[in-house]
Amino acid sequence: MMALADVQDTDSPYALSHLDALESEAVHIFREVAGEFERPVILFSGGKDSIVMLHLALKAFAPAAVPFTLLHVDTGHNFPEVLEYRDRTVARHGLRLHVASVQDYIDAGKLRERPDGTRNPLQTVPLTEAIQEHRFDAVFGGGRRDEEKARAKERVFSLRDEFSQWDPRRQRPELWQLYNGRHAPGEHVRVFPLSNWTELDVWQYIAREKIELPEIYFAHEREVFKRSGMWLTAGDWGGPKGAEQVETRLIRYRTVGDMSCTGAVDSEATTLDAVIAEIAASRLTERGATRADDKMSEAAMEDRKREGYF
Amino acid sequence: MTSAAEQLSATTLLRFATAGSVDDGKSTLVGRLLHDSKSVLTDQLEAVTTASLSRGQDTPDLALLTDGLRAEREQGITIDVAYRYFATARRRFILADTPGHVQYTRNMVTGASTAELAVVLVDARNGVVEQTRRHAAVAALLRVPHVVLAVNKMDLVDYAEHVFASIAEEFTSYAASLGVPEITAIPISALAGDNVVDPSANMDWYGGPTVLEHLETVPVSHDLATCHARLPVQYVIRPQTADHPDYRGYAGQIAAGTFRLGEEVTVLPSGRTSRIKGIDLLGQAVDIAWTPQSITLLLEDDIDISRGDLIVPSGDAPPTTQDVEATVCHVADQPLTVGQRVLLKHTTRTVKAIVKAIPSRLTLDDLSQHPEPGQLVANDIGLVTVRTAEPLALDSYADSRRTGSFLLIDPADGTTLAAGMVGDSFATTATAAVQTSDSIEDSGWDF
Repeated sequence: MMALADVQDTDSPYALSHLDALESEAVHIFREVAGEFERPVILFSGGKDSIVMLHLALKAFAPAAVPFTLLHVDTGHNFPEVLEYRDRTVARHGLRLHVASVQDYIDAGKLRERPDGTRNPLQTVPLTEAIQEHRFDAVFGGGRRDEEKARAKERVFSLRDEFSQWDPRRQRPELWQLYNGRHAPGEHVRVFPLSNWTELDVWQYIAREKIELPEIYFAHEREVFKRSGMWLTAGDWGGPKGAEQVETRLIRYRTVGDMSCTGAVDSEATTLDAVIAEIAASRLTERGATRADDKMSEAAMEDRKREGYF
Repeated sequence: MTSAAEQLSATTLLRFATAGSVDDGKSTLVGRLLHDSKSVLTDQLEAVTTASLSRGQDTPDLALLTDGLRAEREQGITIDVAYRYFATARRRFILADTPGHVQYTRNMVTGASTAELAVVLVDARNGVVEQTRRHAAVAALLRVPHVVLAVNKMDLVDYAEHVFASIAEEFTSYAASLGVPEITAIPISALAGDNVVDPSANMDWYGGPTVLEHLETVPVSHDLATCHARLPVQYVIRPQTADHPDYRGYAGQIAAGTFRLGEEVTVLPSGRTSRIKGIDLLGQAVDIAWTPQSITLLLEDDIDISRGDLIVPSGDAPPTTQDVEATVCHVADQPLTVGQRVLLKHTTRTVKAIVKAIPSRLTLDDLSQHPEPGQLVANDIGLVTVRTAEPLALDSYADSRRTGSFLLIDPADGTTLAAGMVGDSFATTATAAVQTSDSIEDSGWDF
């Protein structure tokens, strides 16, 4: 053995578990934004990543209230259980929620429904307009670098120009824990406190902190149909069509998004432990398993992010 | 919650960076680590295989796993730092995958700034080259606590022990002279998988750990008892509610050392003192807290403290100064010039500053100093003196990576110009625990 290699850091009384280290880092990021920005907002969809973000923000400022408002970009095709969870959570913590509605934009003729029925890319315009309208200068997102290869390149503090565009070649180097949030009027900074978390970290943290989630994350019977190899929830939003057949299956969701492009996975996991075991054993990534919009091209995420998407 | 989930979450976190020249096989090593630790999932591998085939390659190009940007994939080079995540039963890893091009020194600086370990790759056929010395120098400059020399492509030199031994010896003596505190040399073949995750059957002369084994066991926590305790105040928490009418907490992440209940503390730069009345660890009252925990401190006296202040034990305060001497790595495309007005961000405090002098520029290849260069351009490393508008409580970077580092920012457009490290560039005395040939024998290495 080598001189130092046999010292196990886990024996040190000062060693932090990886979840404690990630939690501490995320709290540091929330407090940096609170200290340096005028009008921050948390993107809150009722999905697990934004739920964890909100939980971290609540801890970061306890016993005071979270000094941020929330913003939800509602595609109009959201799961009703998730919207119900969203409203209940907002009320419970006495928070203020802004909703930017894709449906409103379509009804007003400012956005056009895509032929494939997918509304996820349509979120960009309502999102960026809401940011401009409310003059938000820091926008928290639950994006994680482990989700996708373009996201792996994303900074924790990511400057966006007045058009909300991301330019991956002109990112500020991020050194130590010194986040540079300087921006000109009209520009804003996207902030990703969960950058260094993986899907498994998020689930382990949810289990440790006993955080309540919308039920669709756990196995339940649901009417679904198959499209492009994924199980989609049947409904008024646009399916099934043609030869697509509805069947009742035992499924759960790994991600929560627009019903038109978020697929369910076959699962018997009804508890947090079972979900964690299932994810630890899965040979598919979260997005590979359940997101259609990332499969549109090799650089789909990078292209959408350049336009202002998260 | 069952013990399975608890056990998984009790693992520790290691942040490390990789550095290597373009053809040293860095992407292959990263791909191998991810692949052999079963961190590459089926759909990712399928995507890489499809992309490789459409480019006319007949085997999956593992570099496509890490090169995420359109421009990187088109050019087949890594432009920017990417962060990768993988885990074993013993530890979680955050890998800063940094490009090896000479012109991207700033990216290695970025990756190394938060790393506790750096893996420097060398091609066994070429040995220690200029770029290797540059990587070692950056690791030394950034004071990365552990350096691994991975001598790659051992399969192309017939797994010859003497090839490895002479490269290891040359690198170790060079890195030790820069003050790199710990160096571990490992002979590998990233392509064939020797000593990356699994021990090599081709090098029975090597008795040390594989790369992954070393990553899993290298100690990450320092001896906190000897560290100077530092808490930069990020935010003042004042609920002003019926339940907490008088609560006034100073929130921050402990940058170094430990804080205890009842301890006398001084607030810098004002110099006011008080005593710790309470420590909140995210909602839970504790008696002691340590780095890198995010906490809220409550003090006995109601004194004026705001964001940017530094709370330290009264007997152990750093000096405050308006004249900062530091080594900086220039990271922006626009130059840094003598006389330039900048902003200096140190911990949670941002102050106006002016660049008074640039005494020298360092050439990383041979560590020679070029006097009075007048300016620093992208990827330059140099000594600077900066005068600040307000006093700062600075530690030397050698004592604390967190309270000895700062950014220089362009006040006009907010660009991060330079990464600064207070004090001497390189460790002057080689007090390092470098493995001498004796200790190599002792530890069972048989060259």
